Amino acid sequence: MNAEELAARIREGFRDVLLARDEVIVVVGRDELVDALVRLRDQPDLSFGFLSSITATDHPGREPRFWVVYELRSVEHVHRLRLKVGLPDDDPLVPSVTPLFPTSNWHEREVWDLFGIVFDGHPDLDRILLPDDWEGHPLRKDEELGGVGTQYHGAFIPPVDERSMP
Amino acid sequence: MAIGHEPGVGEEMSQARDELRRRRPEVRDHVTGEVRQETMIINMGPQHPSTHGVLRLLLELDGETVIRCKPIVGYLHTGIEKNTEYRTWVQGVAYVTRADYLSPFFNELAYCLSVERLLGIEAPPRAQVLRVLLCELNRIASHLVWVATGGMELGAVSVMLYGFRERELIIDIFEAVTGLRMNHAYIRPGGVIMDLPPDGARRIAKFLDTMPARIDDYERLLNDNPIWLERNVGVGMLSAEDALAFGVTGPLLRAAGAPVDLRKDEPYSGYETYDFDVPVRTEADSYARYVVRIAEMRESLRIVEQALERLREPGPVMVEDPKVGWPVKLSVGPDGIGNDEAYLHHIMEESMEALIHHFKMVTQGVRVPEGEVYTAVESPRGELGYYVVSANEYRPYRVHIRDPSFVNLQAVPTMVEGGLIADAIAVIASLDPVMGGVDR
Repeated sequence: MNAEELAARIREGFRDVLLARDEVIVVVGRDELVDALVRLRDQPDLSFGFLSSITATDHPGREPRFWVVYELRSVEHVHRLRLKVGLPDDDPLVPSVTPLFPTSNWHEREVWDLFGIVFDGHPDLDRILLPDDWEGHPLRKDEELGGVGTQYHGAFIPPVDERSMP
Repeated sequence: MAIGHEPGVGEEMSQARDELRRRRPEVRDHVTGEVRQETMIINMGPQHPSTHGVLRLLLELDGETVIRCKPIVGYLHTGIEKNTEYRTWVQGVAYVTRADYLSPFFNELAYCLSVERLLGIEAPPRAQVLRVLLCELNRIASHLVWVATGGMELGAVSVMLYGFRERELIIDIFEAVTGLRMNHAYIRPGGVIMDLPPDGARRIAKFLDTMPARIDDYERLLNDNPIWLERNVGVGMLSAEDALAFGVTGPLLRAAGAPVDLRKDEPYSGYETYDFDVPVRTEADSYARYVVRIAEMRESLRIVEQALERLREPGPVMVEDPKVGWPVKLSVGPDGIGNDEAYLHHIMEESMEALIHHFKMVTQGVRVPEGEVYTAVESPRGELGYYVVSANEYRPYRVHIRDPSFVNLQAVPTMVEGGLIADAIAVIASLDPVMGGVDR
């Protein structure tokens, strides 16, 4: 199946399907997430049994603020699909898919660590890349960046977002 | 193949592990004579020589047998993904190349392919050939570090010397071509930064003459070596089902019988036009991974040979569009890579417009249309994917690196639990994790 055929096939079961740059993107609500992944995994002509990665993006001031992004791949049929779930600013919570895809374990920990998105039902939701006592979630866009003090007449190098940017 | 099920371990391993968990081991205190039931928890790393950088393992032991294992990562986290959000698109190359420092070209390639897809452009044919050529040399160099360090950890110290000796030949080629031994930033959105130096093709041809016999040497040294066999055969089993459930790709998956290789499945940079095989084994143990990687080095040599043949045709190595292509002409001089004299003369002495254009492109760069892509390449360790989001700005909105080492490490407990602690080292060695990529 090429991307157009795949998009047409996915549209049979999902409302919100986008085809862009030869990639099929499906948007689902967080209540439908687990059901959607099971359907995509278990239908024999789709068989998206391989979860490449989970990550997120942050868009402050927009609704939804967070997007959690699941990159799915079918090793048998050699096709790919991206599943996206939008989350509101005040309740960044999404069900964990670790019981379905064991590989999600560390991906979800990483997204929790860097974005502060809670994965409900995760067996061990703990920081993974940053120290345990770190405060904040640094990949959020509103996280403050640090500057650097120097030993030259007390000069201070401002954070990168306060310098003149292209 | 049943994929995505609850992961199991090999039948025997899981029985052994369950048995161990049931039986509470008894220890007699030799001073008081008191009998206690206990296991021991030890901490391996983060500064253990066999952890390939700074990986920490928390191991619960009964005697020498591992009952539980928990890998702990993050000691090399440098915030590469966040940094790219505050630099221009081209500067991003210099960041991502430092993630998995043993396969810099693969990181550069996956990032640049993503940016090119967002821009809707394609690198010129000669640039694509150069990318393939350098990636395959890089694959050999990476596998050489693996055979060298893996051998050393299992007591085969001479292999370490040979592996690093041959890697040095490749690094010398990289230095001649890009000016740097590692972290090259040579592949850029739109092509590569410069063509091969005048003696580049000759150097690579010489390496192609030397290398096959050296690989024969490793095989003579290791294939029938009783210690190597004892430490690797039947150690660290990981079935294809488990591997796919844990997201494990690359040589580990191919050593378990699944011929999954993105160069064949989802070809990029013209890989479909090269003649090469994907080595596969079915034993799914450490030894099979060794066999697969050695065979992959030979296949990479075949690809390099074909790529070198194609480089006879001259051509541009960067897209012609001045609004996208990097304007600077560089050359490799005695002190490494630097500005080309003729180019400097042109912008400083001859053309004000060229200087303005240079300044604009270097400080601001290119505006990339809004959108998002995920591009994956087959790195020496498996699927290396870049999820890149642009918000129609001069810098990325988000770059996520799906690093294969990070994902593969999750399978360590499955491979280690129920085995001996000494085998844990063989397992990590066979996994070939690079912590720079894991922690990013």
